Amino acid sequence: MSEKEKEPLFSKKNKKLMTDPLGDNNPVTIQVLGICSALAITVSIVQALTMTGAVLFVLVAGNVIISLMRNIIPPKIRIIVQLVVVASLVIIVNEVLKAFLPDLGAKLSVFVGLIITNCIIMGRFEAFAMANKPWQSALDGVGNALGYGLVLVVVSVIREFFGTGKLAGIEILGNSAEGTGLYSIGYMNNNLVILAPFALITVALVIWVQRAINKSLVEEH
Amino acid sequence: MDHLLEIFFKAIFSENMIFAYFLGMCSYLAVSKTVKTAVGLGFAVIFVLGVTIPVNWLLENYVLMPGALSWLGEEYATYDLSFLSFIMFIAVIASIVQLVEMLVEKFAPALYGALGIFLPLIAVNCAILGGALFMQERQYATIGEATTFGVGSGVGWFLAIVAIAAIRQKIRYSNVPAPLKGLGITFIITGLMAIAFMSFGGM
Repeated sequence: MSEKEKEPLFSKKNKKLMTDPLGDNNPVTIQVLGICSALAITVSIVQALTMTGAVLFVLVAGNVIISLMRNIIPPKIRIIVQLVVVASLVIIVNEVLKAFLPDLGAKLSVFVGLIITNCIIMGRFEAFAMANKPWQSALDGVGNALGYGLVLVVVSVIREFFGTGKLAGIEILGNSAEGTGLYSIGYMNNNLVILAPFALITVALVIWVQRAINKSLVEEH
Repeated sequence: MDHLLEIFFKAIFSENMIFAYFLGMCSYLAVSKTVKTAVGLGFAVIFVLGVTIPVNWLLENYVLMPGALSWLGEEYATYDLSFLSFIMFIAVIASIVQLVEMLVEKFAPALYGALGIFLPLIAVNCAILGGALFMQERQYATIGEATTFGVGSGVGWFLAIVAIAAIRQKIRYSNVPAPLKGLGITFIITGLMAIAFMSFGGM
């Protein structure tokens, strides 16, 4: 144990904790966790970023708290302890959103509360924070939250751009109602893209691209 | 009665947990490899939703809502505990799941054999907490409506997971592009099924 304590804060191993979840061990596309919210709130980039911020906060703080308590939590009731920790953190997020970003909070509606049952969070508590030190756990939290955020942003960019012709609310292709820009030559928004089912298909496309690039990730069945 | 039927069928079809809100996707994807396990998990979800939603409804209406505590006396009428709802709901769900597991094990060993391994999984299924939060958001007027909504959502979830499990069993013999195998094609199929389910929206 004593050698580990001498490890520099950003040793190679620690950096790997942060970079792995961004690519080949991505929580959404590879481990298939946290899908519910990833699909439902990816209609616009702003929502995706808000959600990422919320998950980042909950996951990092939760990982650190659980990691600090890992030796005193009785194994039999650990799920309840973990749920209470997440629920308290999510309440903080929800109150902050209500106070400072009420419009966004209303759009995310139940999905803020559903961070509690976001499998990424419970999964990281179980798989990592219960067995590792606070600093490593914090890095792991940052990495996984960013990996989750990356998928969210990619999906929401695709959906917002093709669905509404905007990016982060800014009209890229001109105004569809007034028929300026690309719309003047007959371009139309694809309304299917903003509908809920297309979120699934977009995620599937992301998975397809990722697995086509890295063949070792392909599943047997 | 008509009203209850409407809530019930709405919860199954046009507001299906999986196809309209993507709730409970994690276990939906993880446990849908064979029809048998999917049926087991599906029943467990119907059961737990049918039990937890009415309990959470009581909690919401008699403890958490602004003014809900007025039955304790005049001076409590101004209390608003709604900020506690997340932690209360999840605590109720986790403890009910635990309780149900023990009761089922004691009184219905056969059912326990069928559901047993799935029950603990369900405490962290987003569909259950999502059901409670939708119940809160939509403010059902009576406990009957809330229970109907709970059971209906459970049935909708059951239908979805059994359907995808049946398709996944067959698709194993199909020639799917390698990178799409497994997860990718499941997502696409779910997306197509969701588009089909959207047609119920006009009803």
